[in-house]
Amino acid sequence: MPRKLTGALATVALLAPFAVWAEEVRVYNWSDYIDEDLLKKFEEETGYDLIYDVFDSNEVLETKMLAGGSGYDVVVPTGDFLQRQVSAGAFQKLDKSKLPNAGNMWDMIEDRTSQYDPGNEYSINYMWGTTGVGMNVGKVKEVLGEDAPLNSMDLVLDPANMEKLADCGVYFLDAPTEIVPMVLQYLGEDPDSNDPDVISKAEAPLLAVRPHIKKFHSSEYINALANGDICVAVGWSGDVLQARDRAVEADNGVEIAYHPFAQGSLMWFDQMAIPTDAPNPEGAHAFLNFIMDAQNMAAASNYVYFANGNKASQEFLAEDVIGDVAIYPDDATLEKLYTKSPYPSKVQRVVTRMWTKVKSGT
Amino acid sequence: MRRFFLIAVPYAWLLVLFLIPFVIVLKISLSDTELAIPPYTPTLDLSQGWAGIREFFAGLDLENFVWLTEDDLYWKAYLSSLWIATCSTILTLLIGFPIAYGMARSPEQWRATLMMLVILPFWTSFLIRVYAWMGILSQEGFLNQFLLWIGIIDSPLTILNTNTAVYIGIVYTYLPFMILPIYAALDRLDGSLIEAAEDLGCSRLMAFWLVTLPLSRPGIIAGCFLVFIPALGEFVIPSLLGGSGTLMIGKVLWEEFFSNRDWPVASAVAVVLLLILVIPIVLFQRNQQKQQEADQ
Repeated sequence: MPRKLTGALATVALLAPFAVWAEEVRVYNWSDYIDEDLLKKFEEETGYDLIYDVFDSNEVLETKMLAGGSGYDVVVPTGDFLQRQVSAGAFQKLDKSKLPNAGNMWDMIEDRTSQYDPGNEYSINYMWGTTGVGMNVGKVKEVLGEDAPLNSMDLVLDPANMEKLADCGVYFLDAPTEIVPMVLQYLGEDPDSNDPDVISKAEAPLLAVRPHIKKFHSSEYINALANGDICVAVGWSGDVLQARDRAVEADNGVEIAYHPFAQGSLMWFDQMAIPTDAPNPEGAHAFLNFIMDAQNMAAASNYVYFANGNKASQEFLAEDVIGDVAIYPDDATLEKLYTKSPYPSKVQRVVTRMWTKVKSGT
Repeated sequence: MRRFFLIAVPYAWLLVLFLIPFVIVLKISLSDTELAIPPYTPTLDLSQGWAGIREFFAGLDLENFVWLTEDDLYWKAYLSSLWIATCSTILTLLIGFPIAYGMARSPEQWRATLMMLVILPFWTSFLIRVYAWMGILSQEGFLNQFLLWIGIIDSPLTILNTNTAVYIGIVYTYLPFMILPIYAALDRLDGSLIEAAEDLGCSRLMAFWLVTLPLSRPGIIAGCFLVFIPALGEFVIPSLLGGSGTLMIGKVLWEEFFSNRDWPVASAVAVVLLLILVIPIVLFQRNQQKQQEADQ
């Protein structure tokens, strides 16, 4: 009997690795961009092993995509970057027959994303949002007075204001393709301009406020705002609202608010796509379909405070998400939002040079 | 034949881990950037035979190196890196030497423990240790809290995101690389030499200056190289602890590669960095060798 038992155990031990062996789906998404319970739920529902990595810059993602062989099955570039990478052949067309939840998508958003991905053939919208300004309301009012221009670009682009704010700390996104159009909008130029002469006009205002910017970074500002380390960040809507949430949780007396700019903010779309060389396109489609489920998508938005491109999810959204105009803007704000198409590569070089120059302050 | 194999092993090592990667980087530095996979052109197409190879070589040029000379950003970054690396090497030496000296002079039975304490930080990931410094140095961090508490300062110091934080990070991280070779040199030092110097009328300070220091020179040089070379190309420390005003070539390199997605220029920056490092070291070693030969 004991021998038999040992034998049985040995068999189990031999079989066990095969029993738990599951195919992997590797997802590369923005940092702080999902409710992590969803990841577990996906594994339970589909039986795939989910490997979930994060990045915080489109440029880093593009470097990996263009190097090839990234090993990821699903990646999440922003619209204009997606368009560039599609033209480089980095993505495969989606097989819509494997995406039965596609009917949940919001036509208003699909219309807008088709500017980057005609017919939405290569991607689905995950989240969208605006690039505006987040702040520690108390500190900003303390420094600039009660009538501080909280929702105006003057707050971050007028050197007089920035000089006063410098001590309590201002972060800017390290994202030239968002900050440069923003400055052009401030100057009354076309934010979508690809003319190097127009683009170079953005340099002087940036250099003027540059000495007062503490850091250019695209993810640290969430914690920095929440901890009260800094008082203003030019950042993404939902990230700032996550900072607000963390500050409330920490109960540290820090009150964070987000505003799109009164002068008009950039509207961006983060798109999920499948790399051409994805090791597991089957699993990738399963992940996309899982994300497109109305309740899953609502859970993600409720967690990260970003609007999504899923019409059906709206009935499951929490009131402080769907009802917040900082997340789902009203029509008046929506009208003022602008979008940015990708820069041609020659122009891209001009933009990035200028950016390096601005960042190093030389 | 055995001798041949003995020599072949290190050469093969150099070939595989240094020369071949260098040739690949050099090749990319002579290419042009393009929106494709991989993001540069030309790529070698052997299927077209000779024509492909000829086309490949025709596509290479020095444009990216010319670009480096046209933009003063790069020179500023190289100079600033050299400056930061030099200062931090000196600082590390000033802190590391007394520690190594103390270790070498301590009772025999303590030495293993002291050595362990120097090596201990390596048991934790380098990245986590640098992150820990972010927590220590930030406005709301331990250091400021402590200084405020004992009343030395009234308002928190801004250390994180400045060059000071970069120096602290580099000195902290590379200190063991300075201590260990100096300790090794001092440990081997024959104590009777110092006794002899003192017997012959040297003060303790003079004996240190005339005997201990020259004999620990190989350790000091090795330590300085071990600190200076990685500090020059350091990327993690300036990007985590430094501010946006911290200009270092490692950061520029990262930016060219990941932000500008300009592999050819990034490779050109890397090739120049390598030359800046290799040429002085080769010259130095040659000088050393000549001196040794002259001494004999």
